[in-house]
Amino acid sequence: MLKIKTDKLNELYSRIAESEALYLPINKANAANYDEWTSEAEVSLTTLKTVKSPKDLFFPQTQDMMRFKTEGKNISIIDVRSPEQPFVLMGVKACDFKAFEVLDRVFLSDPVDTYYKAKRDAGTIVTLACGKPEESCFCKVFGIDATSPMGDVTTWICGDELFWQPNTEKGKALTERVKDLFAEGDDAAVKEQQQKTKEIIEKLPFSNLDLSYFEENGVNDIFNRPEWQDLSEGCLACGTCTFVCPTCQCFDVKDYKTNKGVIRYRCWDSCMYSDFTQMSHGNNRTTQMQRYRQRFMHKLKYYPENNDGLYSCVGCGRCVNKCPQRLNIVKVAKTLGGKK
Amino acid sequence: MSNMQELIIKKATDLLTDNTVDRVIGWKKGEFVFDPSPAIFNSVDELKDFVYNPFCGANLSKYLIAECKKGGKIAVFLKACDTYSFNQLLTEKRIKKEMIVPVLVQCDGMLDISKIKTEETGAVLDVKDDGDKITVVSPYGDKVIAKADALLVKCETCKGFANVDGAEKIEVGESTLPQGDRFDMVKKLEAMSEEERFAFWKGELSKCIRCNACRNVCPACSCTKCVFDNVNSGVESKANADSVEEQMFHIIRAFHVTGRCTDCGECSRVCPQHIPLHLINRKFIKDANTLYGEYQAGEVVDSKTPLTSYTEKDLDPTVAVNTEGVRNA
Repeated sequence: MLKIKTDKLNELYSRIAESEALYLPINKANAANYDEWTSEAEVSLTTLKTVKSPKDLFFPQTQDMMRFKTEGKNISIIDVRSPEQPFVLMGVKACDFKAFEVLDRVFLSDPVDTYYKAKRDAGTIVTLACGKPEESCFCKVFGIDATSPMGDVTTWICGDELFWQPNTEKGKALTERVKDLFAEGDDAAVKEQQQKTKEIIEKLPFSNLDLSYFEENGVNDIFNRPEWQDLSEGCLACGTCTFVCPTCQCFDVKDYKTNKGVIRYRCWDSCMYSDFTQMSHGNNRTTQMQRYRQRFMHKLKYYPENNDGLYSCVGCGRCVNKCPQRLNIVKVAKTLGGKK
Repeated sequence: MSNMQELIIKKATDLLTDNTVDRVIGWKKGEFVFDPSPAIFNSVDELKDFVYNPFCGANLSKYLIAECKKGGKIAVFLKACDTYSFNQLLTEKRIKKEMIVPVLVQCDGMLDISKIKTEETGAVLDVKDDGDKITVVSPYGDKVIAKADALLVKCETCKGFANVDGAEKIEVGESTLPQGDRFDMVKKLEAMSEEERFAFWKGELSKCIRCNACRNVCPACSCTKCVFDNVNSGVESKANADSVEEQMFHIIRAFHVTGRCTDCGECSRVCPQHIPLHLINRKFIKDANTLYGEYQAGEVVDSKTPLTSYTEKDLDPTVAVNTEGVRNA
């Protein structure tokens, strides 16, 4: 295992950024989000929950897909895809890393989403173990160990030192480029932090959230529960929960008309929105209760049914913190499951 | 506050028991003290989950639009700031007075969990209210902070209650709310150079993720179908195509509610990126006050709004004026 003093991290960032774009949590106007590193950036690596998750790096909120050029009665298609430049994504927490597995199953299964794959292939992911999980965290429920995330490289911050452990070929290649900035270290400090963090995780209120109800009951039984009405009553129908979620993957494809053609782009969509999955006959979900139910059924039932039991929630707790009216997946699971 | 909760639940119980109302809009207990949700209570039995504590910042008045469409009679609890929204919705004929039993409730300022939970406190398991101070209970060690430092932005200056026709008021003792100048920050922004001000708003608005929480929570944004949700409008948008667009969205929205915005502060409370959206509204309120005379939306039901009523004193709109109401040379 390698280590570097945290006051030397700027040198590390600078070295990485010499050859590849570096993305990590950066504070801007009092909010931390993943952004490209510059020497002026206010890096906040230990921010537990950036407002938006790092999924933007692989699945941007808006992305041009192709262009159409019209000349007279002719239309030509212009491929806007260019080879993705390699980049490094640093500071990714265990929950957000697990979310990439959820996204991969959607975008990398046949037919492969080439836009997503190109970015996945270009990215090297450096994870950071959690040292200070908070009350809205419940990654343990999904079998995630917040103290030893995977990724191409795993890092831990213990006191004034950052520990660095390469895991994959990509991670080893990155390590080769920065190795001279590091010293050799043993894993005693890391082990101690992991132990302490695990003790805290045990004390967190949602760490042992019981989801067996969703495993033991069929789609129709859960779908038809009358409690959905009460649960959704306060919902504003905004898209906050879906846009801060690391696993929400729905998008809409839209055309932007210019004078000489069309730019076809995709952008994140939200099942909370009234025109979500609008079809020629109209919309099959006409009430907010139905839209609200869709989101949680997708996370806790539909997705696991189609993906070997893998939930499409990773317990990051962003929706718990960010729902304007404090409705959330934990309240849903407890109300329907009827257990603590 | 706990005393207030008992009194409010008693009132709700009475109203449901003697069939004065069919349901009650209130706040429902969450997993913690700091996460109550707005909820509809249909029976006395459901009131066991009713909560009124310093984290009931949510304004319940907009829920009346949907509830009024369902029929029956509805009781709603309104804090001081919420009364203006209620009156404004009556003025705009979005809710029906005869269907509603409004009950005013004392508020000593609502708290913002995002100000309480910092990287230092880490997890927050409980927040105890000790008058001027609050104790933050955390597995990383408890911490005591001044309540004034944890108030929602909207509670840093309070307008007090608007007069709500025929409403009963539940209170215990004197409420203690800060009485600052709500235009302080607007004045600071006005004093900035154009470049500084542009940099401030660019930094703030570039965080926008277009979740539409500000619009959806806003009692003044009560269009059945927003133009930005209408696929046939030509401006329908689910995402920011570029950074100019998100700036335009918020400015257009603020213009659209000028004269009707009561400054309830919900837009800033709900923003996941903590964009101080209320400052745009306050700027327009301040300008409208300067140009057309002092006016508070929602203070008086059926009052005429400055931008939709003409008086002879109004400035000639063809003459450019600056924000002090002085004609530019």
